[in-house]
Amino acid sequence: MGSYIPAAKREREKLLGGLGMTSAEELFAAVPPECRIGTMNLPPPLSEPELRRELEALAADNKAPLFIGAGLYDHYIPAAVDALCSLPEFVTAYTPYQPEISQGTLTAIFEFQTAICRLTGLDAANASMYDAATAASEAMLMSAAQTKRKHVIVTAATHPHIKETLRTYARFNGLTVSEAPFDGRGQAALDTAPHGAACVIAQSPNFFGVIEPMRGISAWASGAGAVPVAVCDPLSLGILESPGEMGFAIAVGECQPLGSPVSFGGPHAGYLAAKESFLRRLPGRIAGETGEVGGGKRGFVLTLQAREQHIRREKATSNICSNAALSALRATVYLALLGPEGLRETAALCAQKAAYLRAKLQETGIKPLFDASYFREFAVDTVLDGAAALENPRGSLIAVTEKRTKAEMDAFTALALSQKKGVSI
Amino acid sequence: MTVYEKSAAGRRGFIPEPCDVPAAALGAIVGEENLRKTPAALPEMSEIDTVRHYTALAKKNFGVDTGFYPLGSCTMKYNPKINEQLASLPGFLSAHPFAPDEMNRGCLRLMAELERMLCAICGMEAFSLQPAAGAHGELTGLMCMAAYFAKQGQSHRNVILIPDSAHGTNPASAAQAGFSVRAVPSGRDGLVDPATLREAAEAAGGALVGLMLTNPNTLGLFEKNIMEVAGIIHGAGGLLYYDGANLNAVMGVTSPGAMGFDVMHLNLHKTFSAPHGGGGPGAGPVGAGKLLAPFLPGGGQDSIGRVRAYRGSFGVLVRAYCYIRALGASGLREASESAVLNANWLLNRLSGAYDAPYGERCMHEFVLSAAAMKEQTGVSAMDIAKGLIDKGFHPPTVYFPTIVPESLMTEPTETESPETLEAFAAAMLSLAEDAKRNPEALHSAPVTTPVGRLDATAAARQPIIKSR
Repeated sequence: MGSYIPAAKREREKLLGGLGMTSAEELFAAVPPECRIGTMNLPPPLSEPELRRELEALAADNKAPLFIGAGLYDHYIPAAVDALCSLPEFVTAYTPYQPEISQGTLTAIFEFQTAICRLTGLDAANASMYDAATAASEAMLMSAAQTKRKHVIVTAATHPHIKETLRTYARFNGLTVSEAPFDGRGQAALDTAPHGAACVIAQSPNFFGVIEPMRGISAWASGAGAVPVAVCDPLSLGILESPGEMGFAIAVGECQPLGSPVSFGGPHAGYLAAKESFLRRLPGRIAGETGEVGGGKRGFVLTLQAREQHIRREKATSNICSNAALSALRATVYLALLGPEGLRETAALCAQKAAYLRAKLQETGIKPLFDASYFREFAVDTVLDGAAALENPRGSLIAVTEKRTKAEMDAFTALALSQKKGVSI
Repeated sequence: MTVYEKSAAGRRGFIPEPCDVPAAALGAIVGEENLRKTPAALPEMSEIDTVRHYTALAKKNFGVDTGFYPLGSCTMKYNPKINEQLASLPGFLSAHPFAPDEMNRGCLRLMAELERMLCAICGMEAFSLQPAAGAHGELTGLMCMAAYFAKQGQSHRNVILIPDSAHGTNPASAAQAGFSVRAVPSGRDGLVDPATLREAAEAAGGALVGLMLTNPNTLGLFEKNIMEVAGIIHGAGGLLYYDGANLNAVMGVTSPGAMGFDVMHLNLHKTFSAPHGGGGPGAGPVGAGKLLAPFLPGGGQDSIGRVRAYRGSFGVLVRAYCYIRALGASGLREASESAVLNANWLLNRLSGAYDAPYGERCMHEFVLSAAAMKEQTGVSAMDIAKGLIDKGFHPPTVYFPTIVPESLMTEPTETESPETLEAFAAAMLSLAEDAKRNPEALHSAPVTTPVGRLDATAAARQPIIKSR
């Protein structure tokens, strides 16, 4: 109840009086009667305790899955990430338009860009995107602008939501999208060369958890003059070779695994990194280092703004304005806490625990769908409760983060076994 | 210093738990050929030093919790603490969009109810909660318009009209949706002139897609001819897009639906009190009337399809839901009344010392010009902005809208007390005096901040965008 308005009613009346008005209605004199509305049909206002009760009931009516991933993963979040990313000066600031009072956000963006460049092995990263799907879509548009080509290839085992988002963006930009199918091992089949393609977009680990032959894919794309675009989970890059090292010109991905809760799918941050040659085609905010006018202290500003919508309007490289600064900050703090060793250990734990559960399930006769290398997730031939359902091929997708214990995995195996028996009877 | 410069080899800020299963060789799982040869050079930091580093960075920021933040068109209202707590309830944070619906009943109910409430506020038929920010919502809404015309067999329609006072995202989104942009010059009164609009619509002819409009517009003026404007566009076979960035002025007074708009977006991180986080994440739900509802993301066969992964910026949706539930219909109307009241009161105090090119009444924001001041004293809008920083305020939006020279676009919001408004007014008036008496001092402001004015030109000339 109340509107978070500090002024008491009589104070507001006094302000109105100062304007020579007697009623708030007079403030809206410019709004013609033809478009006036009556009372909005909303539920009655709630006090804070009532609101808390209602929301606690809603939150309690959800149940967290243990082995569902499919792009969003239940990793441990160090307490310091929450503590630091809840600091009100980070949370309640706007885009850093006034650099002198935004050095906190600007320095953190600069650190995020550095971390993403180092993880991906690429030259330039922006301040963040909404998510991996929109980052991939922007990479597609960058590639089309660079190559002047209108066709885009995406590997079929890429996350279905990324593929669907690509198709939406493509449709309205006069681009077409086709898929490079996957083979019996769950990896992209690189048969006909992608002649005439603006880019080849390949996710690894892919939607099935399988690690793609990324060097082969980048060579396949580059050989036909297509921009090789990787979609990579940044946490996996703790142990997996970087997309830059494997020949990709652009890398995008979802930063959720780096310190953000699953939160029913958002908000998270996407990242976008590219080779130097794409610098002036990058979408969105970029923080850059500079000094005080006339020399003096070092500081950070938003830079290369001539690419952006507030300057270039319809000629901007993208329409993106607000991105996902606070989620990117979570990734930045997470990476600072874990460091190279912590990230490597966490990624290794995921792979090892996934291998444990995969083998346990296999002992019960639940077979992996694919025998290629994998990272933290794998597909099996049986539909199992508590795992993400796969339709084509039919089965389940099982994710194992470092948070899952042996006891949880053994219990899941026992449950899976009982379900399998139930199916075969 | 950045965290990379503070890094010291061997330091650890977090140690993962030991492996409780027999650990297989990594190469056997992920493939030897896929193993990373050189670890990424991430910072090596202790926990305490990480905490101090980011705490120190936070102190170099200015947020709504720090002080008055009248950044025009950004609606920097108070972000209620209760909303932060409730969005972080474990039952929300651990819910997974790929779990079966029966495991997500609470989240799904919240989203359905939020959609319904947004429809009630905006006079729309349906909402999609997918878009991740305002510009993303614009793009989504414009794609719905394009899909509608494609379905009507009118794919040749590709010209969209946008007033020259519009947010930069409007034309950028239109271009990304595949449209060709024609700017419509604002009339002398700062409004869309029906006659000019009619000419522009006629010039576009059968290629007209429609009009994107913010109402009240970025000058803080209500487009009082809106019904006529809507009639002109609809009469020419076009559609109306509503940029919801300024909805905070009119909740419970009018609605985009009542004004004749066909499709729109909201910025839940503006009007509905979710924090901005230093540049997102936000949420930009898109609403549509009967005509365009079938084309929204997540709909049936006419849907444009998905515009992002999963179902939306759920955590931001929770905050907006909490805000609407706390205020109800009366509270939202009261918020708009107070936002407009505060803006008018400030405009009244400041016009005189600053030029108010569009008169002495406004909606939730207003634009002042320091053009005459610059002419007479050499002190620019930027100087005033930097001077305000030294007085403890976040400056208004400067140099936007571009149709006003040396503009200071000021939006106080409803969540500010009379004392705060008065203190800001006093600061602005004293800066106007300083401009006459001591302009040099203002050119070198700010002097109280961690850094002084930074050289943006040098930054763009030789970009350094990562730590060496």
